[in-house]
Amino acid sequence: MTGAAKKAAQEPQGDFLLEAREVARVLEGDVPVHLVRGVSLTVKAGDFLAITGPSGSGKSSLLYLLGLLDTPSTGEVFIGGRDASMLNDDARARVRLENLGFIFQFHFLLPEFTALENVMMPMRRLGRLSDREIKARAEKLLTDLGLGDQVKKLPRQMSGGQAQRVAIARALANDPMLILADEPTGNLDTASSRNVQMILKDIAAQGNRAVVAVTHETDFAEKAGRRIHLVDGRIAENA
Amino acid sequence: MRLLAFIALKHLLARKRQSIVSLLGIVIGVAFFLTISSLMQGSEKDFMKRLVDNSPHITVYDEYRTPRKQPLQTLHPDAVIELRHVTPETETRGVRGYRQILDQLQATPGVRASAVLTAQAILSYAGRDISLNLNGMIPSEIRDITTIEDHMTQGGVDDLIANRDGIIVGEGLMKKENLRMGDNITLASSTGQVRTFKIVAAFRTGRANYDETEAFVDIKRVQAMTGRSNRANSIIIKLADPNAALAFSRALEARIGYKSVSWQEASEDLMSTLFIRNLIMYSVVSAVLIVAAFGIYNIISTVVMEKHRDIAILKSMGFQALDIQHIFLVQGALLGIAGCLTGLPLGMALMTALGRVRFKPPGLTDPVNMPLDWSAPQFILAGSFAFAAAVLASYLPARKAAQVQPVDILRGNT
Repeated sequence: MTGAAKKAAQEPQGDFLLEAREVARVLEGDVPVHLVRGVSLTVKAGDFLAITGPSGSGKSSLLYLLGLLDTPSTGEVFIGGRDASMLNDDARARVRLENLGFIFQFHFLLPEFTALENVMMPMRRLGRLSDREIKARAEKLLTDLGLGDQVKKLPRQMSGGQAQRVAIARALANDPMLILADEPTGNLDTASSRNVQMILKDIAAQGNRAVVAVTHETDFAEKAGRRIHLVDGRIAENA
Repeated sequence: MRLLAFIALKHLLARKRQSIVSLLGIVIGVAFFLTISSLMQGSEKDFMKRLVDNSPHITVYDEYRTPRKQPLQTLHPDAVIELRHVTPETETRGVRGYRQILDQLQATPGVRASAVLTAQAILSYAGRDISLNLNGMIPSEIRDITTIEDHMTQGGVDDLIANRDGIIVGEGLMKKENLRMGDNITLASSTGQVRTFKIVAAFRTGRANYDETEAFVDIKRVQAMTGRSNRANSIIIKLADPNAALAFSRALEARIGYKSVSWQEASEDLMSTLFIRNLIMYSVVSAVLIVAAFGIYNIISTVVMEKHRDIAILKSMGFQALDIQHIFLVQGALLGIAGCLTGLPLGMALMTALGRVRFKPPGLTDPVNMPLDWSAPQFILAGSFAFAAAVLASYLPARKAAQVQPVDILRGNT
């Protein structure tokens, strides 16, 4: 391969919101642990990608690498066409603030803050809107998710499903291009789980952003348009 | 920063009891720091004021700091000379040419000077002999160069100006000897000369020994009693800027040769004692605040430990390491500010209470109030020290919080 061809191959192809190239993560030690081994994938606007696999297959580790919460040992991650692998911690934090929204298995809302304050937090940190606009947007997000009457409640005063919907509203607060969800329904009852699955599907269906969700639930994976199955840190199936 | 302060405040309010306990440490620390510091500074200022106001800023003595050189040594400065059993030239004690020196000093702006001839005298009264220090001064200059006029209880310096055979004595002496204004007393000098003086004024400084043994008379009368006409054995000087006394005295001594002692030199041992006393005082009161700072360190470390998951979430949202560090530094700062805002008024209340306490120090006849320094630097010092201690105490846990890697926490939780 010539130098120009090699360079062209290194450039992100198409309008991918997210691209991972041969991403690997090894925990160094007396016995190195290979969490992720040479994973490549692309995600474009409107995609709803489910990452499945057995426990310990590296699903969450891959998600943290894609979400710039962890640094790959080798390989590159492009967010919105920009190589984020070599960025320092502060620059990666900025990319997360502007482009990514996270949802975890537990809602992980900040316990001292109301639902409204939790949703306002990323917007206040970004500082692009006025206080009034931030509050109005947070209220709209919560209302759209059926939580219009819960805005002043603390996380401990809400059910698991309600809290998880607040977490989704918080992930959407800065209008990110990518929602990364780590087992978002893993701690919910069946009804709440279906509700969250539908919300995520709707988010992806809006077409201007993508959702990447780690799950081991078959029905959740089936709702996603695409599915990657990991085994021992490698892609075993890409459907 | 508003958002970070908001998060910091929420963290503190979520742990009200712990926050109040660590806040109390700062409050008590600030209050004690302020009270003790103002008491010590107040007593030091009071002492310095008495020292500077009640004593001459510079005293020129009729003696030399080093023995005068013999003519042989002056003639052969580089020779190896050993002189033994040199008998000093017999001369009448006193500052020679003191009038010229006085004229020069009085012509210098910001300088007031007067000649003094002090002598011991025996007061024989009602069959008892009492030793007195006679301060022979030019009556019209007494007011300018001493503060004795401020302590007059009966009569004044004007009475001495009007009556050159008058004497100003302390109330202590009058009480001891049952003397009254207008009484005549007879004093005998060491040369045997006897002279009668009329009591024209009385003073009370509160210092028992001074009030019983010091007396002021016309310098000419002392010169006559001691047989030292036109002599003064010291020149006392007051400067507009007392702090310039040390440099001025050195320059004066280099010029006239006589030993010139500034108030700083005369009180060198006391100044050194005051410095050590301040060092000990600030060490002790700082220790109170350092202990309080450990309380803050403790609570913020606990909050950081408990908040590892929240820190990870904030970082996943896009908060930077410095944001996280600022959240916990602000917590320390908030505790410091709250501690100052509560501790300073408490300290003022303590100071007010202490200021009402009256006591009689040894050597003084009148009870005095606790001397307290209410100046702004005391408040600024106490507040700044408490604030700095609180922020410094939160620095280490804040730095630790900033180093939390979200992936480590999320891996452990999910």
